[in-house]
Amino acid sequence: MAEQIDTQISSAASSSSVRRRTNSAWRIPITFAQKYPVGAAAGIFLLLMALVAIFAGVIAPADPLYVDFNELGSSPSAQNLLGTDYTGRDILSRIIHGGRVSLQVSLFSVLLGTTAGSAWGIASAYFGGRFDIISQRLVEMVMSFPALVLAMVLLVALGGGMWTVIIAIAVTRLPYGVRVIRSVVLSVKELTYVDAARAMGASDLRIMVQHIAPQCFAAFLVLATAHLGAAIVIEASLGFLGVGITPPTPSWGNMLGGVVSATYKPIWWLVLFPGLAISLTVLAFNLLGDSLRDALDPKLRGR
Amino acid sequence: MHKYVAKRLLYSIPGLFGITIIIFFALRILPGDPLTILYGDGGRANLTDADVTAIKHDLGLDKSLVIQYGEWLQDIFTGKMGESFWRGDSVSEMILRRGPLTAEIAVIAVLVSWLIGLPVGIIGAIRQNSIADYVTRFFTIIFLAVPSFWVAILVVVFSLLAFNYRPPLGIIQIWENPIANLQIVLAPGIVLGLATSAYIARMARTTLLEVIRDDYVRTARAKGLSERTVVLRHALRNALLPVITLSGVLFGLLLGGSVAVEAAFTVPGLGSALVQAFSERDFVVVQNLVLLYGIIFVLVNLSIDLAYAWLDPRIRYN
Repeated sequence: MAEQIDTQISSAASSSSVRRRTNSAWRIPITFAQKYPVGAAAGIFLLLMALVAIFAGVIAPADPLYVDFNELGSSPSAQNLLGTDYTGRDILSRIIHGGRVSLQVSLFSVLLGTTAGSAWGIASAYFGGRFDIISQRLVEMVMSFPALVLAMVLLVALGGGMWTVIIAIAVTRLPYGVRVIRSVVLSVKELTYVDAARAMGASDLRIMVQHIAPQCFAAFLVLATAHLGAAIVIEASLGFLGVGITPPTPSWGNMLGGVVSATYKPIWWLVLFPGLAISLTVLAFNLLGDSLRDALDPKLRGR
Repeated sequence: MHKYVAKRLLYSIPGLFGITIIIFFALRILPGDPLTILYGDGGRANLTDADVTAIKHDLGLDKSLVIQYGEWLQDIFTGKMGESFWRGDSVSEMILRRGPLTAEIAVIAVLVSWLIGLPVGIIGAIRQNSIADYVTRFFTIIFLAVPSFWVAILVVVFSLLAFNYRPPLGIIQIWENPIANLQIVLAPGIVLGLATSAYIARMARTTLLEVIRDDYVRTARAKGLSERTVVLRHALRNALLPVITLSGVLFGLLLGGSVAVEAAFTVPGLGSALVQAFSERDFVVVQNLVLLYGIIFVLVNLSIDLAYAWLDPRIRYN
């Protein structure tokens, strides 16, 4: 199917240059998929995950909070495909609804953290001088805390709830945005067109927003994708430690909380399936991130 | 060299002060009443005004923030580090008692990450695009994605279900009972080490692939040295530097990961103390433990910077 579309497009493209331009938006994902099939497969997998999360209410076979006293800790069966937990809640439904929470937390925290970090990085590189030096020292200080520990401190100060978890994880992602975008802007701000904009009387803010920010978009995209996986893992760790999303609302992390406590005999399906969901999602984010980096900005390799 | 070490140590002091300020601000200035942090929303509502004033006086919260911060610094420098709010034991004693377990786990993890990561990276580089390379790269990608605390839970649950085995509980130091101590720290150390070994392997492969194309490596081959000598004695020396730097950065990941892995293995180390302090909302313990994590990370990376001078003769510090 994709090949067919592509041959149509390429024949259309060769027949007229105008047509090529109108088709170019469609060509981007197709050429990306041809050059990076693994990254494209990961992207499709994540798209499916997102759809499942969005339509969780329709797709999930049961209510994730419904307690079935006849099915306390039952093993996987036709009725409960992935089994039930200690309180008789359907694990498959909890994973589907938990994915909604975990994916939202990672997406919003990375968008928030990377965007704020990028804005700061642009300003830091653009203005330079003392502001830049102080920014860099501050970023180094924040980075000297393990991300998980920093997020925990912020959660103690801010209290529980989904948005505080998002903010706490966002703060741990912020320094990476500052560092990477700053290094991009350091070279961009020396380009002649920036001088030209300044000569035409553009204000600092206008130059940063209109002229420099678009140049950082590729790096931003690569960076954000690369950190989505890390955000999922931090959310999961927080939930496991009991300081993240508060139960009974399921998240992939808090489903793993308490599974090793000495009072219960541990049940393997309670441990295996949420962890698999986390691992597969992180794997997909990493693979997509690597392919995006190779496609958009090979200079970022290894950062 | 001595001068340089002294200078670097001096320069890291403002950074460490900055870290104390960040922790202090995060816990005191951010929205949220310290008493709500301590007692929870419900508990706070039950306190009378007289209780509130008394508790605030006990904790020194009625003093100005500057004085509170000064008192904390004083506590740090006298080595006392304050007392746990609930149990009244001093934080420095707690660190001395629990710290060795976490330190052992960290040392084992770093050793494992090098012992596994480095050979895997070398094989991948010298046999680029062979089956061995593809297999190791596949596993590297998997290990980068799988969270270490989940592997830890799997190990705990599997050993319990299959062998009905649980590691010994309680704080057992290596000088008290080495075998019981290793039973506690070995598994968490290996799990954390495996997770970090993937990063080491990937970095070692990439840098070795770059170095192996250098002229001096070709010269070494041309003068008839064995492939083994060329790779291990010539190429590896230069390829190691970025790997060592990465190892320092990964130490932060390892410290954070150890909190969750300790919780999974129920090891009573510093990470578990931190989690407990969080659930008890004991922010005196939290602020001192977090400071300790920050200081350790800064010192580890400082020593790596210093080790550079010894590893790479091209770098001369003055």
